[in-house]
Amino acid sequence: MKYQPVIGLEVHVQLKTDTKIFCGCSTQFGAEPNSQTCPVCLGLPGALPVLNKKVVEFAIKAGLSTNCSITPRSIFARKNYFYPDLPKGYQISQFEDPICQHGWLDIKVEGQEPKKIGITRIHMEEDAGKLVHGELSGSGDGSGVDLNRACTPLLEVVSEPDLRTSDEAVSYLKQLHGIVTWLGICDGNMEEGSFRCDANVSVMPIGSEKLGTRAEIKNVNSFKFVKQAIEYEIQRQIDLIEDGGTVIQETRLFDPNSGKTRSMRSKEEAHDYRYFPDPDLVPLVINQEWVERSRQELPELPDKRQQRFIDELGLPLYDAEVLNGSRVLADYFEAGVAAHGNAKLVANWVMGEITRALNDSGTSIEFSPVTPSQLAELLKLVDKGTISGKIAKTVFDEMWKSGKTPGAIVEEHGLVQVSDCSAIEGIIDEIMAANAGQVEEFRGGKEKVFGFFVGQVMKASKGKANPSVVNELLINKLKG
Amino acid sequence: MRLAALIISFLCQKSLNKVRDTSNMNIIEMTIHELHSALKSKKLSSLEATIAILERIKAVEPKVSSFITVTPEQALASAKNADEQIASGHCNLLTGIPLAIKDIFLTEGIRTTCGSRILENFIPPYSATSWEKLRDRGAVLLGKLNQDEFAMGSSNECSAYGVTRNPWDTTCIPGGSSGGSAAAVAAGEAIATLGTDTGGSIRQPASHCGCVGLKPTYGRVSRYGVIAYASSLDQVGPMTRDVADCAAILDAIAGYDPKDSTSVNMPVPDYSASLKEGVKGLKIGLPKEYFIDGLDPDVQKTMTEAIETYRRLGAEFIDISLPHTDYAVATYYLIATAEASSNLARYDGVRFGHRAEAGNLLEMYTKSRSEGFGTEVKRRIMLGTYALSSGYYDAYYVKAQKVRTLIMNDFIKVFNDVDVMLTPVAPTPAFKIGEKINDPLQMYLSDIFTIPVNLAGTCAMSLPAGFSANGLPIGLQLIGKPFDEETILRAGYAFEQATEWHTRKASI
Ligand SMILES: [Zn+2]
Repeated sequence: MKYQPVIGLEVHVQLKTDTKIFCGCSTQFGAEPNSQTCPVCLGLPGALPVLNKKVVEFAIKAGLSTNCSITPRSIFARKNYFYPDLPKGYQISQFEDPICQHGWLDIKVEGQEPKKIGITRIHMEEDAGKLVHGELSGSGDGSGVDLNRACTPLLEVVSEPDLRTSDEAVSYLKQLHGIVTWLGICDGNMEEGSFRCDANVSVMPIGSEKLGTRAEIKNVNSFKFVKQAIEYEIQRQIDLIEDGGTVIQETRLFDPNSGKTRSMRSKEEAHDYRYFPDPDLVPLVINQEWVERSRQELPELPDKRQQRFIDELGLPLYDAEVLNGSRVLADYFEAGVAAHGNAKLVANWVMGEITRALNDSGTSIEFSPVTPSQLAELLKLVDKGTISGKIAKTVFDEMWKSGKTPGAIVEEHGLVQVSDCSAIEGIIDEIMAANAGQVEEFRGGKEKVFGFFVGQVMKASKGKANPSVVNELLINKLKG
Repeated sequence: MRLAALIISFLCQKSLNKVRDTSNMNIIEMTIHELHSALKSKKLSSLEATIAILERIKAVEPKVSSFITVTPEQALASAKNADEQIASGHCNLLTGIPLAIKDIFLTEGIRTTCGSRILENFIPPYSATSWEKLRDRGAVLLGKLNQDEFAMGSSNECSAYGVTRNPWDTTCIPGGSSGGSAAAVAAGEAIATLGTDTGGSIRQPASHCGCVGLKPTYGRVSRYGVIAYASSLDQVGPMTRDVADCAAILDAIAGYDPKDSTSVNMPVPDYSASLKEGVKGLKIGLPKEYFIDGLDPDVQKTMTEAIETYRRLGAEFIDISLPHTDYAVATYYLIATAEASSNLARYDGVRFGHRAEAGNLLEMYTKSRSEGFGTEVKRRIMLGTYALSSGYYDAYYVKAQKVRTLIMNDFIKVFNDVDVMLTPVAPTPAFKIGEKINDPLQMYLSDIFTIPVNLAGTCAMSLPAGFSANGLPIGLQLIGKPFDEETILRAGYAFEQATEWHTRKASI
């Protein structure tokens, strides 16, 4: 290839606060239009914004988790433009002196060395409302404005143009998505627009120092579409240049149906946003203590936790990866380990029985009817020899259904493992007597039938016989 | 006006005391303190006082036009309510006092126009914090006062609801933008009023109408529910008949408001308590940039006499300099208009206010705003938009902010040496209606002595100090240190005790 693509991403992360960024209205999704509004988010005359501290805390956490420095004195600015979903005629955002600056993320693409992607800045801003077209309740056809979403807190995360391929872009996005959901500051729902992305794409001849003219692709709402949109756009620009054309600076819209991007507005049509510091909000001063407090509150990030699972808990890489699939799953696992002690055993159960039961019942881990301490209790019964590993699975199913403790279930169903030699010997004797032919076969050297005897004994004891005791006694008896 | 019928219906309710003949009490000229003692001693009821003032409004409004909206029903109902409070022994200083407020303050359920056509039918769903504080102390609202549209103007000629006239000479402007607030006090149409001051909008009309007007330090009084003109400069303040009343209103409205991030969370002193401590040894600065050659001779004479009065009272005078004064007007017209261009973007016809018939969105925006805004507002929106535009931002807005810092530093430096500053409020007494309306620059220059105070963010007061040869009031300005309203109120009170200017009444 003769061309080098250059990609930068701007990601909007909707923050999971209970209330909006500049007023006390709820941020709940899906309420009756305009039911979650007040003079501030309606942009009524005389109304003034008051910053939600939670938003600042979330922004600091996002910044610390992406290796940014936290700006000691950051400023809110007004971005001025007219649109019906923008009640004040300006959006309160940050321009100069955003809250987080100069960060980076490590990304991994298969077959490549890990790569550092720069983060230029992260800033806080308010979302706009939503236009509703079509039939409106009570007023026939037309366009309406729903301002429930107006003033919802967003973080905009702007990367450096360090990405070179669509795979790198997707990897970066997934990494960022993982971090903000892991931090619990965003629900990560891309369909509802809680995590959305604009991509700046340009190409330049390989070896060139000068970046090509970029196109900005708006609102690409899934990892798949990001990949598609970027790949289409790279090819479009290359084709254009090859055909002797020039790329113009413009905003383009991705159409998921056709997989293409199309022009939305050119640079000449772009707004002059006339940014200036918002005089209604005082500069946001964040001292070192505040930053340190946030750092203390930071949950361990997935990368670090995964490594710790390998180094300290002795898990294989595969287990550590699976268990770090989400913060709640990893939390569940660690709580189980804390209550039981054997990390590998707990890992097997969490990745095996627990995951299967969750999938079968369509439940997520935070609503598991079996708590980590109950799981540990069950595993301890196996450790003590009270029940067999096989019985444990039966007990687990019962725990899942009834919510009872493993002890109670074992008691209730008489599932205590039989380790009493004389009782097992009795069963063995009976079975050997009833299957004299197989006994002869074994003694004639056909050791395979051993398994048959084990199965028969276990069946006769309804699975309660201690398998190791059964094995030992059987060997002795069969060998005569 | 249905006023007579309304008053009669109120008087017919048998729960009321019989209305006495109050014609000898001169209610319309009372101060808050005078009316309060009459209410407390039951010589008067709030209803009687309210009725007397509503009748006065009815009588003089055709000549003065201080009001955009009079609210007699609400006023009579609140007065009745206040009388019940007083009867049950709850009578604080503002209980039952009939007040009026500039139409820039949002009043729940009462039309609020801000002097603009674009808000002609706007009924707010909530009230401004400063008005709520007065209302909660039992004040009676008479109505909403005329002003320059969106507080942009120095003469009240920019109101969409007609010009307010100066009660001392109805061919003259009352000043602006709180012209209605000043004229109402001077014409006996309210015991006291609230105004707002962005570049002199309280002090200049107070000076022209012979009343006391205080612009508190930025951050001292909440701006919540006050329609924004220039957010970093706007401040709410009282307009009254004397300094004691001014302190009383400030006592009620000052203080931190969690709904206004720019209001300052620091203790509020008792402004009324320290009024009488005198000015002996007070160091008063005379900034040379404010005593220019072009000063009107009557204003000059008034200042000279005021200085003499203070000397007699034991104050010391120090000649000082505020070297960046010359840049203040230009700086102001960049910062204020920049902020205004953004603050006024919300009047787009989408959610409230005037919406023009139009075929598409862009046309709806342009027509609604073209029809809704007046000439001066459009001029300032364009100026401000230009100052913030890409390519001009650094040269205009950023430069203006830097100069603003220099002006602030001038003040900080001077206040190391003096306690207050004494200056004229305006270069001339009230001018004629129509005299400057077609010369914006001349109009803008009428605020040269008041604008620097807003840029510096500090407090200042205008109080009556004399009259022109033509019988027009002339005020003097006392500028205080940030958050030191106490000292200018004390200095103003001392001056008032030593002079009689504030006792003169406009004969209208
Ligand atoms: Zn709200």
